[in-house]
Amino acid sequence: MEKMHLKLTVNGEQVETLAEPRELLIHVLRERLDITGPHIGCETSHCGACTVDMDGKSVKSCTVFAAQANGADITTIEGLGNPDGLHVLQEMFKEHHGLQCGFCTPGMITRAYRLLQENPDPTEEEVRFGMAGNLCRCTGYQNIVKSILAAAAEMNAAKEAAQ
Amino acid sequence: MIPAAFEYHRPDSVEDAVKIISDHGDEARVVAGGHSLIPMMKLRMTGLSHLVDLQGIGGLKGISVDGGTVTIGAMTTQHELIADDQLAASAPIIREAALQIADPQVRYMGTIGGNVANGDPGNDMPGLMQCLAATYTLVGPSGERTVSAREFYEAAYFTAREDDEILTSISFDASASGYAYEKQKRKIGDYATAAAGVLISKDGGSCSAASIALTNLADTPIYCEEAVAKLVGSSLSGDDISAAVAAAVGASDPSEDNRGPVEFKKHAAGVVVRTAIERAIERA
Ligand SMILES: Cc1cc2nc3c(=O)[nH]c(=O)nc-3n(C[C@H](O)[C@H](O)[C@H](O)COP(=O)(O)OP(=O)(O)OC[C@H]3O[C@@H](n4cnc5c(N)ncnc54)[C@H](O)[C@@H]3O)c2cc1C
Ligand code: FES
Ligand code: FES
Repeated sequence: MEKMHLKLTVNGEQVETLAEPRELLIHVLRERLDITGPHIGCETSHCGACTVDMDGKSVKSCTVFAAQANGADITTIEGLGNPDGLHVLQEMFKEHHGLQCGFCTPGMITRAYRLLQENPDPTEEEVRFGMAGNLCRCTGYQNIVKSILAAAAEMNAAKEAAQ
Repeated sequence: MIPAAFEYHRPDSVEDAVKIISDHGDEARVVAGGHSLIPMMKLRMTGLSHLVDLQGIGGLKGISVDGGTVTIGAMTTQHELIADDQLAASAPIIREAALQIADPQVRYMGTIGGNVANGDPGNDMPGLMQCLAATYTLVGPSGERTVSAREFYEAAYFTAREDDEILTSISFDASASGYAYEKQKRKIGDYATAAAGVLISKDGGSCSAASIALTNLADTPIYCEEAVAKLVGSSLSGDDISAAVAAAVGASDPSEDNRGPVEFKKHAAGVVVRTAIERAIERA
């Protein structure tokens, strides 16, 4: 099948690539664009390890054809922070042991980022409900929830201090 | 998990989309949110060689409430349904049900049109639409027609929609009735073991109108006419409710699968219908 010419914005940069329409967004990100932060856990739309932010929505990139994402603005874990400047969520996951093996973490943090954009001051229950599309095999979730609540508190304190 | 190859189309009008699917017959399929279709394509359980993406058709999105009629564009996502306050005021049962569908990521992508057109007995919106007495608008090569949600579902994955028709919108009357959508599932994000949508209106001490529909308790959703007849005109006493529950369970026809044997599903049906009726009465 003929390849399509895809144009995307990924982590603020314009990128172009050729891909078959049937290629999934996760495969294009990882294999064609070398963006390996988002992981493939289940490949069946259940685990959320492949979560990326697409046009302001958290999506499972194993369940989106790259062709559907043509023209979209995508943010992955790489776009949220880096070792020299961690995002508050990354800091708080580190601080509160929000990860063990770390496999689910890029998806967790990318999803938590959008959750906090929509609901900057969530209750614990709202965090649990809002993170229901992300599975973790290690932590038992307790510390993930704690990390996200701590990040919300930090972000809100920083906002207040700036005012 | 790589689907078979296909050609991708992103038309910007319903006419163009209809033309592509009618040119290619059953080799073509439309994709809305893709969260039912793509998993099937990955399993290679759905063969197609032309995929027609509806996302570029602006007119298919949006919610409007006009003189007591609610109209929802087929490409409106579950996330958008939940977020819409005007919709929550006109038909609060939709938010209650949509919040019980899948998980946040799926709700950002999954559309109401895809959910009702899919024909999977596990989908929650078809039963909900039967409960609301909704009407679907379909557009094909020879124009537009409407079909009642209560008449749309023929068997699992078989509906009244022709292969070359696109479902463009859904409409129903706004209602001030008491409402409830109750769903029993094994875990968050799961399809229903049993679910029921109920609307109840009261006039003084008696029930002036009611509607009851079931999800995943047969190979189509079920509108429970007999159960409704037990409630309308009654005083909604414990006996009236029990009679309605028994009639609804009698109308169900579940089959055994990994969610349990038939007896268990009928039991779960009774529980969700009773809970939904009681909650709808409280809110009426
Ligand atoms: C992990 C997971 C859990 C889920 N849990 C639930 C759940 O609990 N309850 C539930 O109801 N759903 C559930 N779903 C399904 C989800 O809600 C789907 O998104 C929805 O059923 C289909 O909507 P879609 O827009 O993704 O449709 P698509 O997958 O794009 O399409 C589905 C089918 O409908 C056809 N179609 C789509 N739009 C139209 C149209 N406008 N006109 C004509 N045909 C059309 C397509 O050709 C296809 O055959 C779940 C999905 C996943 C991945
Ligand atoms: S890899 Fe996409 S949801 Fe698991
Ligand atoms: S930290 Fe190992 S899967 Fe979540």
